[in-house]
Amino acid sequence: MSALASDDTDDRLRAILRDVLGLNADTVASFDADTALFGAIPELDSMAVAGLLTEIEDRFGIVIDDDDIDGEVLETYGNLLAFTAARLG
Amino acid sequence: MEFCATWTCPGPDGPIHEHAAAFDRGRERRVLIVPALFEEQNRTRRLLVETMRRLDAAGLDSFLPDLPGCNESPQDFAHQSLHAWRRAMADATAQFAATQVLAVRGGALVFPAHLPGHVLEPVKGASLLRHLLRARVISGREAGEQLTIEGLLDQGREHGLILAGYRFNPAMIAGLEGALPAHEGQRTILLSELGGGAALWTRAEPGEDAAQAAALARIVAA
Repeated sequence: MSALASDDTDDRLRAILRDVLGLNADTVASFDADTALFGAIPELDSMAVAGLLTEIEDRFGIVIDDDDIDGEVLETYGNLLAFTAARLG
Repeated sequence: MEFCATWTCPGPDGPIHEHAAAFDRGRERRVLIVPALFEEQNRTRRLLVETMRRLDAAGLDSFLPDLPGCNESPQDFAHQSLHAWRRAMADATAQFAATQVLAVRGGALVFPAHLPGHVLEPVKGASLLRHLLRARVISGREAGEQLTIEGLLDQGREHGLILAGYRFNPAMIAGLEGALPAHEGQRTILLSELGGGAALWTRAEPGEDAAQAAALARIVAA
């Protein structure tokens, strides 16, 4: 994953997924760039996606424009990590 | 001891009986717990009921009333407003003879601000509304609808809006847009004071956290 983002960003994003989706630590630790998210994880409905985005904004101190959110961003863990890392500049 | 109590508040056609979870042994310290709003109310209910058990063990009575239109309430959510909820929580305060308050998240927008006590992670109405609108935009996109937060807000202000399964009338939308937590002398409790667990109100499914409940009860009972 280091090609996509720093280990710190990766760890913090996994912690957000764990906390918001209530997934156990082992499950989240096993995610790789290709792990499917939206549509594959039952906890991840539209309300949970909104919660996830708000938590990413709060914990990383960034603002996410809702127009930037499309299906692709939430498709895989790698996409979400790249999206978050890109907004950290 | 009953674990539930009833109280009355004004409804469209006269007084309405509403429910509250209650630990009432007629003790001196009586805590009114004003719940979080909308879907956050469901997600934090187990935390709050466990907190009530701890308060009971610590010698405090506590009451967790339903907001009209929510949970077991016989009233229609579509007729509610923040103003109506404030009036209802004031009625509950008087009828349960509450001596202190614990308001949770958006509960800080409608709690009786004259009572001493605590507010847990208070949140602006606009933040709650934005979160609900954002979820609606995302689910709309999944269904192929091109929605925007601004567009939905315009619709909500004029005609009302269904968000997260709740039918928000224009008064509720307008109330949320401007509402700020109204705590004055109450102490703000931060999530970080509850032992480091994650926020149950942001979690996708309702959860529980005994350590957080114990920490919350300790602070409220102190």
